[in-house]
Amino acid sequence: MEKNTSPVLEIRHMNISFLQYEKGFRQVELPVISDLNLTIEEGEMVAVVGSSGSGKSLLAHGVMGILPYNASMGGEMIYRGQPLTRKRIQKLRGNEIVMVPQSTSYLDPLMKVGQQICKGSRDEEKKKKLNQIFHRFSLEEKVQQQYPFELSGGMTRRIMISTALIENPRLVIADEPTPGLHLKMAKRAMEHFRQLADMGAGVLVITHDLELALETADKVVVFYAGHTIEEANASDFKEVSLLRHPYTRALWKAIPQNGFESIPGIQPYVKEMPKGCPFAPRCEKRTAECEGEIPYRKVRDGYVRCLYDA
Amino acid sequence: MSSSMGKTIGKNIIRMILLVIAVSIAAFTLMTLSPIDPLQANVGQAALGSMSQEQIAKLEEYWGVGQPPLQRYLAWAKDFFTGDMGVSLLYRQEVSKVIAVKLGNSMFLMVMAWVFSGILGFVLGAVAGMHRGRAADKIIRGYCLTVSSTPAFWIAMLLLIVFGVWLKVLPIGLSVPIGVEASGVTFLDRVRHAILPAVTLSITGISNIALHTREKMIDIMESDYVLFARARGESNWQIFKNHGFRNVIGPAMTLQFAAISEIFGGSVLVEQVFSYPGLGQAAVSAGLGSDLPLLMAITIISALFVFGGNLIANILYGVIDPRIRKGEKAV
Ligand SMILES: Nc1ncnc2c1ncn2[C@@H]1O[C@H](COP(=O)(O)OP(=O)(O)OP(=O)(O)O)[C@@H](O)[C@H]1O
Ligand SMILES: [Mg+2]
Repeated sequence: MEKNTSPVLEIRHMNISFLQYEKGFRQVELPVISDLNLTIEEGEMVAVVGSSGSGKSLLAHGVMGILPYNASMGGEMIYRGQPLTRKRIQKLRGNEIVMVPQSTSYLDPLMKVGQQICKGSRDEEKKKKLNQIFHRFSLEEKVQQQYPFELSGGMTRRIMISTALIENPRLVIADEPTPGLHLKMAKRAMEHFRQLADMGAGVLVITHDLELALETADKVVVFYAGHTIEEANASDFKEVSLLRHPYTRALWKAIPQNGFESIPGIQPYVKEMPKGCPFAPRCEKRTAECEGEIPYRKVRDGYVRCLYDA
Repeated sequence: MSSSMGKTIGKNIIRMILLVIAVSIAAFTLMTLSPIDPLQANVGQAALGSMSQEQIAKLEEYWGVGQPPLQRYLAWAKDFFTGDMGVSLLYRQEVSKVIAVKLGNSMFLMVMAWVFSGILGFVLGAVAGMHRGRAADKIIRGYCLTVSSTPAFWIAMLLLIVFGVWLKVLPIGLSVPIGVEASGVTFLDRVRHAILPAVTLSITGISNIALHTREKMIDIMESDYVLFARARGESNWQIFKNHGFRNVIGPAMTLQFAAISEIFGGSVLVEQVFSYPGLGQAAVSAGLGSDLPLLMAITIISALFVFGGNLIANILYGVIDPRIRKGEKAV
């Protein structure tokens, strides 16, 4: 991709940790995201994949400036060439930068969904746009007058996606926007995001569904236990040998067409994080060096956090 | 939906009748067990001493001394359920008339206190909850906690001293000016006399509603939907308008209707301190003076008020909250 503009969003060495009280008054710091690196260019759709608890939602909340009070964040975030400070995100979120939340609890249970999508505004333009979005999502107009509890899971999902589409965003962060949707609807949702990207926005889609992500995304960033372990082009997934990290290859092999194979073991919990490479305990290729510092390095037009290149 | 509504109403009417019966039995029993001798209390030791045996017997009959309690209760109940509340022994007037006057006075006071404490308590609670931990919250919470641990009569006397005695801007008691003909009493006079008792009642009422509204508001502010509203760039005012108010008003209204009982209870004490001739004061004199018909009627009316308040609270909740309102339709 030609780079004549600065990236929409660039995250360098982001880390997030929680202050927690343990057994009485001892304060402990729980690092949940360490050294996270990510770049989203204009017109690009980046998928973030990773298992549950790997820190995907926290990344989204970190960018939007809505981390809980006991969380602290370090590192750098650059939005369109300028640092994304607290003040700046507070100004931009909701119009230029939007988030699609992960679960129903993010909708006000007592506000009609139509009003909710428009943030209570009675602007005619917005209403027109809302009707268009509803039409494209095969939602009846009367749904606008309903409350979240009256909707099915799939409808709720589409409502939450609509909250992003109603704005004119230049950066979209969608936190698992597709579960509960039929395959056809899930694809349509992803196409919406693709369209936003094609119109020049940067799109970050967080998902469990690697296959779906590969259909529409340009790049895939793989999370493991709060680390970014690989950044690959979507096309790299056509051939397993083009992938760089053993965990990414394991994800590839877990896709049904590729054998449906899963690797033993589970992602380590933050409190029992191994030194060095977080994946080492499950890795066949681990050596003594894996307990040391592992750099995030550029390999074949992508990045990997592994000492051994495939 | 209408059939279930009918069922609810029917159920509540039965519940109300049972409540009235239970309350009347309880009140009657307490009255019968009361150690107060009605003759000594109402006629006086000295006067009794100078009376003849027949006179005393007549008085005893008037005050119901020596009658078998069950018989007395049944007689009262029969009259009451046919709409005859009897004659007040103390006021020598029909109970219904006494109550009409006293209730009028009390309602004036209680409605003022209820509306005032409801609105102010809601606003204070909402402000505190939206600004948790900040100066406004600390002041409001401090006020509420102080007031709720202070007896109402003490606040009443304090206000009386400051406004009635020192500043002399408000009357120290009663519901109308002394020595003015009934026709000369203006509405403003009545308001002036009701201010101090109403303020006392409000001051104590505020803290309850404010503290509850604050708690609920804090929960709302910590909810995912408010977090998402922040992520969508909604300002604090928009968050209050779109989400805070909407989610807190239902519980607050419910609480305020349920709090009718507290205002009712509080008014007994406050009316006593201000010698305000309302229902509360009548209840106290009826109790101490063994005025059975009056006390029974007051007790039952109070029970109906409390019951009504709670009933409205329950119904209101279903009307305000769409999850209950529409949920009913879906079933
Ligand atoms: N408020 C918090 N206090 C302490 N730890 C937290 C808090 N919120 C999240 N975490 C921890 O941070 C880690 C990452 O959480 P996050 O919600 O980002 O996961 P995720 O990748 O989005 O998972 P999922 O796919 O289930 O949504 C988890 O291990 C979680 O336990
Ligand atoms: Mg998540």
